Amino acid sequence: MSTQAPARPGSATERFELVVGIEVHCQLRTASKMFCGCSTDYDGAPPNTHTCPVCLGLPGALPTINRRAVEHVLATGLAIGASVPSATRWDRKNYFYPDLPKGYQISQFELPLASAGHLTFDTSDGPLTVRIRRAHLEEDTAKLIHAAGPTGERISLIDFNRSGAPLMEIVTEPDVRSAEAARRYAEELQLLLRAIGVSDADMERGQMRVEANVSIRPRGTEALGTRVEVKNMNSFRAVERAVAHEAKRQAAALDAGEPLSQETRGWDDARRATYVMRSKEESHDYRYFPEPDLPPLRTDSAWLADIRGRLPELPAARRARYRDALGLSAYDAAVIVADPTMTAAFEAVRAAGPDLPAKELANLVTGEYARLARETADRGPEGLVGRATPAALADLLTRVVAGSLSRTNAREVLADHVRTGEPIGAIVEREGLSQISDAGALGAAVDAVLAANAAAVADHRAGKAQAIGFLVGQVMKATRGQANAAMVQSALRARLDAGGGPAGA
Amino acid sequence: MAGAGQGADLTSLTAHDMGIGLRAGRFSSRELVSAHLDVAERQNQALNAWLAIDWEGALAQAYAADARLAAARADGSGRPRAVGHHPLLGVPVALKDLISVRGGPTTAGSRILEGYLAPYDAHITERLRDAGAVILGKTNMDEFAMGSSTEHSAYGPTANPWALDRVPGGSSGGSAAAVAASHAPLALGTDTGGSIRQPAALCGIVGMKPTYGRVSRYGIVAFASSLDQVGPFARDVRDAAMLLHAVAGRDERDATSAPVAVPDGLLALPDDDAAATILRGKRIALPREYFVAGMETGVEARVREAVAALESAGARVEEVSLPHTEYGLATYYIVAPAEASANLARYDGIRYGRHVAADPPDVLANYLRTRGEGFGREVKRRIMLGTYALSAGYYDAYYLKAQKVRTLIKGDFDAVWSAGFDAIVAPTSPSVAWPFGAKLSDPVAMYLSDACTLPVNMAGLPGLSIPCGLSDGLPVGLQFIGGPWQELELLRLARGYEAITATADWRGARPTSFAAADDSAVPSPAERVRR
Repeated sequence: MSTQAPARPGSATERFELVVGIEVHCQLRTASKMFCGCSTDYDGAPPNTHTCPVCLGLPGALPTINRRAVEHVLATGLAIGASVPSATRWDRKNYFYPDLPKGYQISQFELPLASAGHLTFDTSDGPLTVRIRRAHLEEDTAKLIHAAGPTGERISLIDFNRSGAPLMEIVTEPDVRSAEAARRYAEELQLLLRAIGVSDADMERGQMRVEANVSIRPRGTEALGTRVEVKNMNSFRAVERAVAHEAKRQAAALDAGEPLSQETRGWDDARRATYVMRSKEESHDYRYFPEPDLPPLRTDSAWLADIRGRLPELPAARRARYRDALGLSAYDAAVIVADPTMTAAFEAVRAAGPDLPAKELANLVTGEYARLARETADRGPEGLVGRATPAALADLLTRVVAGSLSRTNAREVLADHVRTGEPIGAIVEREGLSQISDAGALGAAVDAVLAANAAAVADHRAGKAQAIGFLVGQVMKATRGQANAAMVQSALRARLDAGGGPAGA
Repeated sequence: MAGAGQGADLTSLTAHDMGIGLRAGRFSSRELVSAHLDVAERQNQALNAWLAIDWEGALAQAYAADARLAAARADGSGRPRAVGHHPLLGVPVALKDLISVRGGPTTAGSRILEGYLAPYDAHITERLRDAGAVILGKTNMDEFAMGSSTEHSAYGPTANPWALDRVPGGSSGGSAAAVAASHAPLALGTDTGGSIRQPAALCGIVGMKPTYGRVSRYGIVAFASSLDQVGPFARDVRDAAMLLHAVAGRDERDATSAPVAVPDGLLALPDDDAAATILRGKRIALPREYFVAGMETGVEARVREAVAALESAGARVEEVSLPHTEYGLATYYIVAPAEASANLARYDGIRYGRHVAADPPDVLANYLRTRGEGFGREVKRRIMLGTYALSAGYYDAYYLKAQKVRTLIKGDFDAVWSAGFDAIVAPTSPSVAWPFGAKLSDPVAMYLSDACTLPVNMAGLPGLSIPCGLSDGLPVGLQFIGGPWQELELLRLARGYEAITATADWRGARPTSFAAADDSAVPSPAERVRR
C-alpha cells in the first residue's frame, strides 16, 4: 500500500532549512600519549607494542598530564577567539566497551579548555561565521579489529597502540546551513589546525574525524527538527555529500509523512548513502564526575601569553593581508593560503624580493610553481621545493618582470633549474634565453626583416592582416626567440604605419 | 635454617633492632627472613593472614641484602656507609595484596583478579627495593579494601591473633595480623576510611595513615582515589616512622603525590627517656563527637585513661567540637563508592584476571558473567551505591552535596589547627575486635566501626593508631590526628605516649592465641566461621 504524498510547491531545499552542528575529533601532534609516556608514533607498528600499564588500564596505574597536549588545545582556543578558564579540570566519562580499558574515558565535561569561539570562512554564498561551543581534551580509545577466528567464528581483536592518544574534540553550535558550508568548515578547521601545528588532521588516516548532527525544519520555523548524527565520513567531499544526502533523505521522509528518529547513521561512500548504525540512540548516562587522579590545572596568564606569542599568522588573517595589503584577488589569496607549500613559497620569495609585484608572484606560485612542485613532490630534495631557493625564484621572477626573460622561457628555465640545480642566470646564459627588450637592438632586427621581406610589407599595405604576424615571427626567428614579442609588434607597426620601409620603397 | 629458639627471638625484635643486628653482623637477613617465613607458614592455617608467601623471592632479596651488608662492613668502618643504605636494608616487610609487585599475584582480595600477575612494580615497591627491604609476600584483605573486618576477602577471612574466633579489623586485616603475630616486623596497608588504623587498633599494633599525597598511589589497586593512602604497620612508633620514611615522597607518576620534603627526623625518633618530655606543653584537642553512641565502655575507659596519662605528662588536653562529624559516614558512603564504581569498571576479564565467557559470547553478556561472578557481595553493593549516586538526576543531590559536606568536615579540622592545637586525640574504633559474623549481615553496623577514622580521610589528614590498653583482654587503639604534612609531629607525640606508658602492665601483653595458632590441626578462619 502506498500513499501518494500530496504535491507540494517548491523543491525540498526551498521548503526546508538545513541545520547542521559539527563535532570534530582530532589527534593532537605530540610525541607521547595523553596520560603516559608511550610514543604516539604507532602508525604501522605491530599491535600492542606502544602500551604500558597506564594506557592498558592495569590495576594501580595512574594518569599524568601531557602538558604539550594541553598547550595544543589552548592554542586552538586562542586561534578561534575562545575563552579559556583560569583553571580546568578533568572528568571521567563512564561507559563499558572493550576498546576503553579503564571503563571510563578521561575527558573534560564542565570546564573545557576553550569555549565560545568562532571560525570564519568563505563559501559560494559569501563569508560565514560558525560559532564554536567548546574545544576540550580527552584520550583516544583502542582500536577494535573484527575478524574471523580459526573455525570461522566472529572474533574481535584489540590493538591498544592508539589507546590514550591525545584527542581534541571541537563542537560547533548548529550554525551550518548547507552541505557545502559543512565541508568548508571542516576544510577551514583543518587548515587552522595545521597552520598552528597542533594536528596533522589527515581525514583519511583518522587523525581528523568529522561527525555532523543534521536536522531539517520548515523554513521560517525556529524549533529544531529531529537530529541525526552522521559518522564515517573520510574526506571533505564525503562530508558534503553525506550532509546533502541526509538533508534530502530527511525531507523525503517528512514529505512522505514518515517520522524521523533520533539515530546515528554512517556514510557509505561507495553507495553514496547514509545507513542506520544505531537505530535508537541508547540513552547513555555517562555519570561524569571530576577525575580524582588528576588535580585541577591552572592556566595562568603568563602561560597563555607565551602560547599566544608562539601562534603564527592565522589563515584568515593571512588571506586578509594578501587581499588588502598586497592587492591579491580573494581567489588567489584563498588558493595560496589553503596550500602550505604555496604559502611557504609565497612568503619566502617575498622576503627574498620584497619589491616584486605580489600579483606576479601569486601567478608564479599558484601556476608554474604549484604544478612543478606537485610533479616533483616525490623527488624530495631533488624536487622543486627542495631545489628552488627563494632567492632563485626571486631572480627568475625579477627577469620576467623586467622583461629580460619571456614567460614561456621562464617556465623552461625553472624546469631546467629543478633538473640541474644550476643558477637561474647560468641557465639563461647557457640557453641564450635573455630577452631583447632594448629598443635600439630590436629596431635593427626589425629593419633587417622589413628589408628582406618586401612582399610581406606589400601585403600588409594591401590590407592583409596576417602579414604582420609573419613579420613578427621572422624577427623572433632572427633573434632566436629572445626578442620581446610585444615590443617587436609595436616597432613593426610604428614603422609600417609611418609608411617607411628601410629600403626606399 | 635458624633454630626454633633463635627464630622466636628474631621475630620478636623490632625492625629497628633487626637493622642494628644486621649491620653489626649478629645475624643475617637470610636468617631473619627464614625465621619469619617459618612462623608465617606454620600459622597461616590458623590466621589466614597471607594470600601469598614468597619464599623464593624473599630469600633472593635477603641474599642480596646480606651481600650489601657484608660489603658495607668490609669498608672498615664497621657500619654501613650512610649513603645508599636505608636502615631497612635486609629487614622483612609484608605487603597488602593490592600493592603491585612485578611478576607476582596482586588479587586485591578479589576473585576477579585471580591469576593476574602484575607486570610492574608499584612506586612503593620500587622504594622498598631501593632501601633493600625484603618483601615476604602478600597479605589478606577485604575485597578491593571494602570492609572493616577482612571477612569480605574472596580468599576467606583472617583471624585476629589475640582471639582466633574474632576479626582482625579491616580492610588491611592480613597486614595487621601478620605484624601482631610477628610474621613480619613491618607491613604496608592502605587506608581509605580507616583500613590501617582500625585493624592496627584491633590487633594491638601501631598503624598510620599519612597525609593524602604523602605516599604515591602508583601501582596500588585503587578503591577510592581521593581517599586512598598507603601507610605502615609496626609494633612500635619508631618502626612505623622508619617504614614511612622508606616509602614517602613525590612520585611523578602520581599527579596527586605532593612535592613535600620527607623529614629525616622520621629516622631519629627519641628513645624512651627523651620521648617522655615531648608531651610537655603540647595542646591536644579531644573531640566530643568521637565518643559516639554505642561505643564500648571498655574502649572509652581506656581512651580516657590515655588522655589522663597525656595530661599527667604535661600535655594540655581540651575538649573541642567537630560539628560535622555525624555527616562523615553518610558522605563517605557516597564519595567512596562513587569513585569505586569507576575505578572497578576496568575489571572486565578481557585483558587480565578471571574471564567468564557467556554463551553465546556477546559483549554485554560477557561483562555481566565476568563481573557477576568475579565480584563479591560487598563490592557489588558499593558499585551499585556509587553508580546510583553519580546517575543523571541524582548527581547534584548526592555526589555534589557530599563533596560540599566534605569541605565542611575539613573546615572542622582547620578550625582546630587555627586554634593552635598540636594534634587531636580520639578513639580509633568504637569497639574491640568482634566475633566473626557479628556484623556481616548488617552493613551499616560494619560501616559504623569506621566512624572515628573516616572523617580523617575525608579531610586528607594524617592519623595514627597506637595501643592504649586492653578491654576484656583485647587491644584498644588510641588515635592521634594531625594537620597536613605533620606526620613527624604526630609520630613524636605517639612516641611520647609510648614512652610514658612503657612500663604499663598491658604494654607487655602479647597476642594470646599463639600456641593455638601453632597447632597445624587448628581450623582455618573460614572453617571456624562455618561452625
